[in-house]
Amino acid sequence: MTKKPLFTNLTSALFAAGLTLFLGASVMGLRLKSEGITLGVELASTQTFIELGLAGLIVFLFQLFRDRIPKLSSSATDRIAILAFLRTDKQQRLWLMLTIAALLVFPFTTGRSNIDLATLVLIYIMLAIGLNIVVGLAGLLDLGYVGFYAVGAYTYGLLYTYFGFSFWQALPVAGLFAAITGWLLGYPVLRLRGDYLAIVTLGFGEIIRLLLNNLTELTGGPNGVSSIPKPTLFGLEFSRRGDNTFHEFFGIAYDPVHRVIFLYLLALLLVMLSIYIIRRLIRMPIGRAWEALREDEIACRSLGMSPTNIKLSAFTIGATFAGFAGAFFATRQSFISPESFAFIESAIILAIVVLGGMGSQLGVVLAAIAMVLLPELAREFNEYRMLLFGLMMVLMMIWRPQGLLPAKRPHRELKTTNAEVK
Amino acid sequence: MLLLEDIHTHYGAVHALKGVSLNVKKGEIVTLIGANGAGKSTLMMTICGDPQASQGRVIFQGEDITQKPTNKIMRNGLSVVPEGRHVFTGMTVEENLAMGAYFQSKEVKEQQEERVLNLFPRLKERFHQRAGTMSGGEQQMLAIGRGLMDEPELLLLDEPSLGLAPLIISQIFEIIQQLRETGTTIFLVEQNALKALAIADRGYVLEHGELVLQDTGQNLLANEDVKKAYLGG
Repeated sequence: MTKKPLFTNLTSALFAAGLTLFLGASVMGLRLKSEGITLGVELASTQTFIELGLAGLIVFLFQLFRDRIPKLSSSATDRIAILAFLRTDKQQRLWLMLTIAALLVFPFTTGRSNIDLATLVLIYIMLAIGLNIVVGLAGLLDLGYVGFYAVGAYTYGLLYTYFGFSFWQALPVAGLFAAITGWLLGYPVLRLRGDYLAIVTLGFGEIIRLLLNNLTELTGGPNGVSSIPKPTLFGLEFSRRGDNTFHEFFGIAYDPVHRVIFLYLLALLLVMLSIYIIRRLIRMPIGRAWEALREDEIACRSLGMSPTNIKLSAFTIGATFAGFAGAFFATRQSFISPESFAFIESAIILAIVVLGGMGSQLGVVLAAIAMVLLPELAREFNEYRMLLFGLMMVLMMIWRPQGLLPAKRPHRELKTTNAEVK
Repeated sequence: MLLLEDIHTHYGAVHALKGVSLNVKKGEIVTLIGANGAGKSTLMMTICGDPQASQGRVIFQGEDITQKPTNKIMRNGLSVVPEGRHVFTGMTVEENLAMGAYFQSKEVKEQQEERVLNLFPRLKERFHQRAGTMSGGEQQMLAIGRGLMDEPELLLLDEPSLGLAPLIISQIFEIIQQLRETGTTIFLVEQNALKALAIADRGYVLEHGELVLQDTGQNLLANEDVKKAYLGG
C-alpha cells in the first residue's frame, strides 16, 4: 500500500528536481561579465551551484514524501476553529469594537512611514471589496477594474484643475462618474461570460488608460495632473501656512504628521463605510440576486429575474467604490498620471479578491493586508517579489483553493425545528 | 388558462415549431410527449418567451404574452421548472426557496415555504444543506419547490423525470398529482410517456415540430400508434 505511491512519486520527484535544476542553472548558473567592451558569459561560482543542488534535493525529497507531510486541511472545520472566538453576536461586536479602537489608536503610536503604508493598505481594501461585488458575488470576471479607479482619480484631478472643486465636493462626483462609466461599459458586455468577458473588460481598462494618456489637452497626457490639494477637515487645512490651518485653529505646533494621520483616518472612515454598505447590500435581495446569477443564469431567468439588470447593478455599484478609492488616491498622492492605472493594478486587486476567498469580505480585507504588506516587508527580496507572488499563488491553489476565508452566509433556523427542540 | 395559437418558432434557419396550437384549462394536468428533438423543450421555452415565437400567439390568462420579455412573463402567475433542474448548487435549500419568492412579499414567502416543505418533507431535513450536495431526486424536488414559491397559477415542468431512479420518478409524479389537487394547473413536458400519460387529463403528441395527436391521457395510453412509438410496443 505504501510502496506504490512512493514509486509513482519517485518519477514526479525526479522530474520536479530536474526541472528545478534546469531552470535554476539557466537563470542563476550563468553570469554576464564585461571583457573590455564586449560581454562574455562565465559560469557562476561553485557556491551557487552547491546551493542549486541543495534546492534540487529539497524539491526532490518534498515531492517524494509529499503524501506523508500532513496537509493543511482545507475543510470547513479549521475555518470554524479560526473563527471560534467569533461564535456569538456579542463576541463579534466586541471584537469589532476592539479592532476599530485599535485601528483608530494605531496612527498615534507609530511613525509616518507605517501610517502611509496603512493608508495604502486601506486603499487596496476599498478597491478589493468593490471588485469583490463584481467578481466574488456576481461572478463576472472583470480585468479592467482599474479603469474605474482611474475615472475616480481623474474626476477629482480634473474637476479641481478646471473648476476648483475641493476633495469633499469631488468625492461624490467621482463615485457618480465611475458608476456611469461602469454602467456604460457594463451594457455592451452583458451578453458575455467568463473568458470573453474578461478579455473585453481588460480591453476597456486599457482604453480608459490610453484615453487619459492621449487626450493631452484635457488630461495632461503622460504628464498627468499635479498639485491636487489635500482634503480639509471642515475647512481646516493641513499646511504650514494658510488662512485657516489645522494647527492654528487648535493652537498646536505645526507637524506634517498631522496630515498623514488625517489621511489615514479618512481612508479608514471610507473603508468602514464601504464595508458597511456592501455588507448591507449583500444581505438585501440584490445581493442574493448577484449570487444567484453567479450560480446559474438559466435558473435566474426562470424565476423572472433579469440577468441584464443584475449584471448592470453589480458593475455599476462595484465601479462606484473604485471611483471613491480613486478620488482618495488622487488627493493622497497630489499627483496622478495614467501610469498609476496600468493593468498590473487590476491584476493585484483581482489577486486580493481570489486570495481572500471570493465573496467573503473579511477574507478580502485580510488578503489586501497580506498582498500590500508582504512585498513591503520583503523589500530585501526586491528582485524576487514577483517570484514570491507566484509562489504564494501556487501554494494557495494547493492548500486553500477557496481562499483564506471562504464566504459563509448567515442562515435562519427553521421554526419547526425550534419547536421540536422545545 | 394557457392558449397557444399556431405557434412557429425558429432557431436561426431551423424551423423548430411548425404551427402548434394547444390549450391548458384551469385545474388540468396536460402533458406533451414526443421523441428527442421533436421540439418539446422549444415549445416550453417559447411559452417563456426565450426564444420568442416568430408567428402565432401565446395567451396566458387572457393576456397576449407572445412579445413580452421573459422576466415579465415569469413574474405573473407562471412558473417554470427548467430541464436539468438548475438549482443554485452553492446555496442551501432555504436560500434556493427564497430565490423562488424573490418578487413576493415576506408573508407569501413564509406561507409558500411552509407549503413546499410540507409537500416535500425531504427538503425540510436538508434545509441548511447546499443544494449541490443533494441527490438528483432531491434537487428535482427543490427545483419544483422553488418554482412553487411564487404561488403560480400554472406550473410548467420540463422533463422532471430526467436522470432519476424509477422510485424517485414515481414520487415526483405523485407530488405532481397532489399539486393539481391543491389548485395548481400543470403543463408537463415528458419523455417518460407512460408515467406522464397515466396522470394527465389530456395529452398532446409532438413530432418534428407538429402536433400529431391529442386526446385524453387514458385514450393516448391505449392508442396503438402511441404504444408503438413511445411506450415500447
